[in-house]
Amino acid sequence: MIAEIGQLALILAFLISIVQTVAGFVGAQRRDPSLMALARAAAWMQLLFVGTAFLALAASFLINDVSVALVAQHSNSAQPLIYKFGATWGNHEGSMLLWVLILAVQGASVAQFGSSLRETLQARVLAVQAVIGVAFLGFSLFTSNPFLRLYPAPADGSELNPLLQDPGLVFHPPILYFGYVGFSAAFAFALAALIEGRVDAAWARWVRPWVLASWICLTLGIAAGSAWAYYTLGWGGWWFWDPVENASLMPWLMGTALLHSALVLEKRGALVSWTILLAIITFSFSLIGTFLVRSGVLTSVHAFALDAKRGVYILGIIGGLTGSALALFAWRAPMMRTGALFAPLSREGGITLNNVFLLAATAAVFLGTFYPVFVDLANGAPVSVGPPYYRITFVPIFVPLLLLVSFGPMLNWKRNSWREVLGRLRWPIVIAGFALLLATMVFGIAWVLTAGALALGVFLIAGAAAVLVRRWKLTSGGGWLRFVRTTPLATYGFVLAHAGLGVTTLGIAAVSAFQADRVLNMLPGQRVALGGKEITLESVLPVEGPNYQATEARFRVVGRWGERVLVSQRRFYRVSQTQTTQAGIGVSLPGNIYVSVGDQNPDGSIVVRMWNHPLVDWIWAGAFMMAFGGMLSLADRRLRVGFAAPALRPSAQGAAV
Amino acid sequence: MKRLVFLVPVALFAAVLLTFAIGLDRDPSRIPSVLVGKPLPAFSLPGVRSRDSGLSSKEFRGEPRLLNVFASWCVSCRVEHPVLLQLKQQGVPIDGLDWKDDAAQGARYLAQNGDPYARAGNDRSGRTGIDLGVTGVPETFVVDGRGIVRYKHVGPIQPEDWTSIIEPLMDRLRTQS
Repeated sequence: MIAEIGQLALILAFLISIVQTVAGFVGAQRRDPSLMALARAAAWMQLLFVGTAFLALAASFLINDVSVALVAQHSNSAQPLIYKFGATWGNHEGSMLLWVLILAVQGASVAQFGSSLRETLQARVLAVQAVIGVAFLGFSLFTSNPFLRLYPAPADGSELNPLLQDPGLVFHPPILYFGYVGFSAAFAFALAALIEGRVDAAWARWVRPWVLASWICLTLGIAAGSAWAYYTLGWGGWWFWDPVENASLMPWLMGTALLHSALVLEKRGALVSWTILLAIITFSFSLIGTFLVRSGVLTSVHAFALDAKRGVYILGIIGGLTGSALALFAWRAPMMRTGALFAPLSREGGITLNNVFLLAATAAVFLGTFYPVFVDLANGAPVSVGPPYYRITFVPIFVPLLLLVSFGPMLNWKRNSWREVLGRLRWPIVIAGFALLLATMVFGIAWVLTAGALALGVFLIAGAAAVLVRRWKLTSGGGWLRFVRTTPLATYGFVLAHAGLGVTTLGIAAVSAFQADRVLNMLPGQRVALGGKEITLESVLPVEGPNYQATEARFRVVGRWGERVLVSQRRFYRVSQTQTTQAGIGVSLPGNIYVSVGDQNPDGSIVVRMWNHPLVDWIWAGAFMMAFGGMLSLADRRLRVGFAAPALRPSAQGAAV
Repeated sequence: MKRLVFLVPVALFAAVLLTFAIGLDRDPSRIPSVLVGKPLPAFSLPGVRSRDSGLSSKEFRGEPRLLNVFASWCVSCRVEHPVLLQLKQQGVPIDGLDWKDDAAQGARYLAQNGDPYARAGNDRSGRTGIDLGVTGVPETFVVDGRGIVRYKHVGPIQPEDWTSIIEPLMDRLRTQS
């Protein structure tokens, strides 16, 4: 019964999104207030019905209704409650339902908060969002219906992939999806603006919070996924250049570019068509990400559904949405007003350069990810180009970009002189130079590249701090407390985000250069040294989990700052007959000790692999700082004022200059 | 002229879309190698594990063997690994080619995840990989008793690949030699 309610709700949502499309487009064209009101109401109805469908599916999982095929395939009565719930989106059909749910949430919020928008623009945004809704609800209904029944119903279900049975599953996909789908709002705004033929500062001020919110979610989602992989895959890697990771990295890179170019559009009215194009491309990369995971066109650890029919459908969606968007762009964008002029050395120029580098980095990742598909056309079908490729393509593009980050905020709008800029960055440059010298002296000349990377991280942090120093007028002395108070939240936001990038850089540099590992057979009582710490295997015992059996090894780690106990498990999941490794991780600021056990030998010894990962947590701490910086910026009053202001300021472009 | 610039994105996109459409039509693990039916290209590689004396193309004589290309940095290989271990238990002779990888890293990978290989060679520069037409990892070659490549499998070997394609082929080759 519950599943049928969900099914019906999903069908209704599909029909409503068709209504929303037509009402939005026609209503805006005819300037018909009642049709446009209908589009807004439809957005709410869509949320209501998609929400109902999602709850129905979640309920089916929670009560373990195995007569629903999806539940039978991915859940089991012995599975802990939280993973029954998480299993709702831990599979293809359910995750697509989550996708449309988030889309519906955004549609409803445009309908709710968009009252200050031009009514026709709002209606068109809603219509474009509804088109996306039609496409994905149709995808869900016609190729991956989550509510199919099984007859006769099995006695119990099989199991959620054990690798997914982790608290990470509960947070990682929804946050990431919020990020992916969030860019649909920017996409819808871009298309609506192209149709209207009008882009102004008010438009940018409206789009930026959406982009920022998506970017924050994507940042957190990627960081959470990376941390999750670090502790569950049991081999201590934090980034694998896996196609699906790349699929989230590409929209993040483009979203970062969009975030900055929208800033130029808002403040200076420049980069108009460029920003629109970025909005289209960013969402297209979200779509491509979906295509990648769902089509089986590439091999990936994430690929949980390989189905060519679905691939064709999603490819159709990409072709339809991105294709028509880019065609519309080619047709309408040349007619748009061109932006204000600026000198090459100016904040606009800096941001343009930032965009160029981000675009190049995205292209490198894109080629690496799809290289197998491209090569397949020429000869065979390969599988993975791996880190060697990205080391020589992505890294050389990204390092100069990181070097530029500190320059951006020190530039004035319109024009600048090198002397001025370098003068403002005097101290960060001195500090970073000192860091480079010190690191080279400590680690030796052979490690000069690592020293350079560490100095780069220091430069980013110092450069961010210099923004505050300048803002607070610390050097001129007196009354600086007042400036601390009057500094806008958005400034603190980007300072924190740029500094976070530096922290992440330090983490990546340190762990890439200095991680150390050992593999050995250990007997209980045996002791080894790693990374200045002494690690003793205390015991190896069998334990029983709710739906698995495990061999549990306990280690005592004694370091300079005291001692701690680490537990690593080798788990065997009975229902799906799979093994997983739970690593034991000793987290600390200077670095982690990571132990993971393999199989037990007949003589009672156990295979142990242990790593010392210096500064690895800084990678995620930096990502969190970036996301938190984004949140501060989002909370800034100016941005909120921007929400309500456009209606009162029709000539907003003039006012923003 | 300026209009043409705005057409660039849509043209590029059309090209990418076409590629995807064709790519989707192809089974990512079908038999594509030009090497099939030809002798294994000559190579002689240093070993991976301390007990290895190396891996040479001359050693593919006598019985049919599998040559599995792997790397410690390869994610898909970890998916395939349990299958290889199972095959080893069934007595299938498998040799490993550690592609574009540090030998020490490769040895650690095997020590940690289990070791399915009879012999293993390290192809650090990737030269042998080029000769073999390796475009990514994992890939697996079926080499018969006379050193002739009979089949190339691209991507992780799934249990059904083994039972439906590779095992029957190996059985046939074994009776021939």
